[in-house]
Amino acid sequence: MERRVFVRSGALALVTLGLSPRFLRRVVFAADLPAARRGKVLICLFQRGAADALNIVVPHGESAYYAMRPTIAIPRPARGTPSGAGTIDLDGFFGLHPALAPLLPLYAQRHLAIVHAVGSPSATRSHFDAQDYMESGTPDAKATPDGWLNRYLAAQGTCEAGRTRAPSTVSPFRAVALAPETPRILEGPAPTVALSDLQEFSVRATGSQVERLEALYRTGSADIVHATGAESFEAVRMLRAANPQQYVPAVEYPRSPFGQRLQQIAQLIKADVGLEIAFTDVGGWDTHVNQGAATGQLAERLADFARGIAALVTDLGDRMADVAIVTMSEFGRMARENGNGGTDHGHAGAMFVLGGDVRGGRVYGRWPGLQPEQLFEGRDLARTTDFRAVFSELVSQHLGGAHLDAIFPGFSATERLGLV
Amino acid sequence: MRGRDAGTVGVGRLVAAACARACARACAAVWVAVWVAVWVAACASPPRAGPREEATGRASARAERVLREFPAVSDFGRDLTTDQQVLQVLDRAAFGPRPGDVARVRRLGVDRWIAEQLTPDGIDDGAMDAFVARIPPDTAQSNGAADPRVVKVARAVASERQLQEVMVDFWENHFTVYAGKGRPMRDFLPAYDRDVIRPHALGHFRDLLGAVAKSPAMLFYLDNWRSGVRGLNENYGRELLELHTLGVDGGYTQADVIAVARALTGWSIDRPAQGGGFIFRPRLHDTGEKVLLGHHLAAGRGIADAEEVLDILARHPSTARFVALKLCERFVSDTPPPALVARTAATFTRTDGDLRQVVWTILTSPEFFSRAAYRAKVKSPFELVVSAVRALGGQPDSTRRSAQVIARLGEPVFGHQAPNGYPETGTSWMSTGAILARINFGQAAAAGRIPGASLDDWPAARILRTAPRAAQVDSVVGEILGGAASPDSRAILLSGGNPLDTGGGTPLRGLAQIVGLALGAPEFQRR
Repeated sequence: MERRVFVRSGALALVTLGLSPRFLRRVVFAADLPAARRGKVLICLFQRGAADALNIVVPHGESAYYAMRPTIAIPRPARGTPSGAGTIDLDGFFGLHPALAPLLPLYAQRHLAIVHAVGSPSATRSHFDAQDYMESGTPDAKATPDGWLNRYLAAQGTCEAGRTRAPSTVSPFRAVALAPETPRILEGPAPTVALSDLQEFSVRATGSQVERLEALYRTGSADIVHATGAESFEAVRMLRAANPQQYVPAVEYPRSPFGQRLQQIAQLIKADVGLEIAFTDVGGWDTHVNQGAATGQLAERLADFARGIAALVTDLGDRMADVAIVTMSEFGRMARENGNGGTDHGHAGAMFVLGGDVRGGRVYGRWPGLQPEQLFEGRDLARTTDFRAVFSELVSQHLGGAHLDAIFPGFSATERLGLV
Repeated sequence: MRGRDAGTVGVGRLVAAACARACARACAAVWVAVWVAVWVAACASPPRAGPREEATGRASARAERVLREFPAVSDFGRDLTTDQQVLQVLDRAAFGPRPGDVARVRRLGVDRWIAEQLTPDGIDDGAMDAFVARIPPDTAQSNGAADPRVVKVARAVASERQLQEVMVDFWENHFTVYAGKGRPMRDFLPAYDRDVIRPHALGHFRDLLGAVAKSPAMLFYLDNWRSGVRGLNENYGRELLELHTLGVDGGYTQADVIAVARALTGWSIDRPAQGGGFIFRPRLHDTGEKVLLGHHLAAGRGIADAEEVLDILARHPSTARFVALKLCERFVSDTPPPALVARTAATFTRTDGDLRQVVWTILTSPEFFSRAAYRAKVKSPFELVVSAVRALGGQPDSTRRSAQVIARLGEPVFGHQAPNGYPETGTSWMSTGAILARINFGQAAAAGRIPGASLDDWPAARILRTAPRAAQVDSVVGEILGGAASPDSRAILLSGGNPLDTGGGTPLRGLAQIVGLALGAPEFQRR
């Protein structure tokens, strides 16, 4: 699908340049910014490297779990008051890793849902392939050129726009990746913004040079280069006007890169720039060696992860009514620990879904068990839920999107999870 | 040097014309006298015409000789003027003109220049090879080779064999491998660029396909090195059909994928941790009989199995069509005319995949020299950066910085994870964040913050820095934008203050401002 090309008509922005009136017929009002709409927002967080789901959402009711992980298992919940060293019980069978304590109140308030034994129908244990499939939304089909979030944007943008709103009212900040490059999940025909830091999304030139640069893109032919350039200047101006960084966080975020990116997502939401899809990722989950148990390497990753998400939810406050957050990782890790106090690549994993409209406070998905005959290929947690079932419920029930067959071609959910 | 001097003359002519207009409006006659004197002095540099003309004569004779290796063509039916044809070949069959290139190609003739470029061995590139030999070894590499990303960018900037470099970029994208796949990949990449792709970039397709199939880089990237009769890995087999030869709609089935993968079992890497080469491991090979696309492959033939698979795939009509389409997308337009793709595919089939003849068909076609194709492609980040350095007459970079600039603009060399490579369609590169980065790149290049590219290197700058704004703009539009600025863009470039009128500031800042606008302009995003 080709990017739509539009050049807005209007005049005035370049008056200050003192250019000939000829230009002014074709340039734009600075005030003609897209109307910011308060709509639904979906925030996608990718844990790259294959997070160890069995130590994150711990099946403490399974004796096989403890048998297969003699040195790295998270201890059973302590009777009486929860201690810092054991699993935080959720329902008598599953529990959270103790480093996820910041998320417990959200689970108790039923804003946090967990999907376990979820993953890809592909049997691949390659990070590269599995991430690709999770982002393209088409397991085992590598040639898919675009990501499923972009297909959502394109389907929703072009079909709905024609009826309900002109393309010019689509915010340049409709889809933002807090990442140095456009991630696979957002690749495709619909416009998206990728930035690693809000502060760097600007034109690095001074004074009238910026205006002249903009004028170059506001005049001339109405091709995709000019149109995209015009969008960029508009996005920069919108960002400057909205000044998201004026929103001082209501809470303190972790100082980690992940925490800082979540803070910037919250700032974009509060600044009403029309954000609908946000994405960021965090690495460090490939724990082949010395992953630790209640404390250690994985615990540190989880602490940052949970504190960041908890800060985001607290910071957004009432706005969480319109926001859903979903976490994902390309696959889980082997049920049995390896000889290096770590875990090798496995199969099914776990996802968190949080939000005002999420039916939280429970663990979704059929539990396949950890007995040898229940394991996938004799070694990994088996998959009972397709990750596309989670994504498509968020698209249709949270975002109100249609065209699921275009967003996840070849997939139809056998049953609804009822997450949202 | 030949080209550079010629460029100066060209600039002089442009400047003179612009100057005449500017002076009619405002300039003082005294200034004109001074400036013309400077210009005359610049043009009257010491005469070195003797050896230069001799070299030109030799080049012409060689070009005339290689021209006879290709079917005769006429420029009948070409929409573009001769000057536009010159710019078109320099923008498509090269990474944009360097100062003086336009005059050189015009002198040689467009078709002779194409024929010469299609015969890279005949083009002296000794200075480039010497430069590459001096690039320090990459410490992250165990084999002491230079970083292949640095080599690739440097050659694209400064090699005289420009079409060879364009083809290397095309094939390294068609047969893409990913540097981040795992530890040994970094060791495999220098040889992949140097020994696998380069020697065959303008050779025969079957040779290229075979070299790739035996390269540790591809065997590792698509996991074939671990594939065996007891643990079949379909990864490479599938991509070989889907992305390297027939194309996704090329008419194969899942059974064909399995047949190819089975034939390829045992194609492996000898001691990968030591950066070893290709090895065929008979014990991993599936010796059973196979059926591929209706061809029967008898049992027990070992390595000959997959060699025949590569023969079948290289000569399949779907492969001719798929490769022709991608080449036409690269050279002509995002949506190339089907008739041209068909003629290109026919050449591919008739010549058994002789890539020189295939590319000749494209580059001498009326479709290539049509108004619809002229400046119709959006540059990739690689093309943008390399063409900017070339436009300014810049030098190749022996450090990683240029490659990092390209990576930050979104096209890291050997940095595409998925096996489909970067898009050949130019418009795929346009996004809000990307265009801001391109605009900022233009400002940085004009300010001398991009390695190798400096206004000080730009021959035209010597005489332009004290010229009036109009003269500066005319030269910048002519030299950097190939004369393609819209009237609006030209007026915007003119709208800055004239450093001489204001009587203050450094003259070069005025010129840098115009160059920054030109490099950041929509016109420079196209080729």
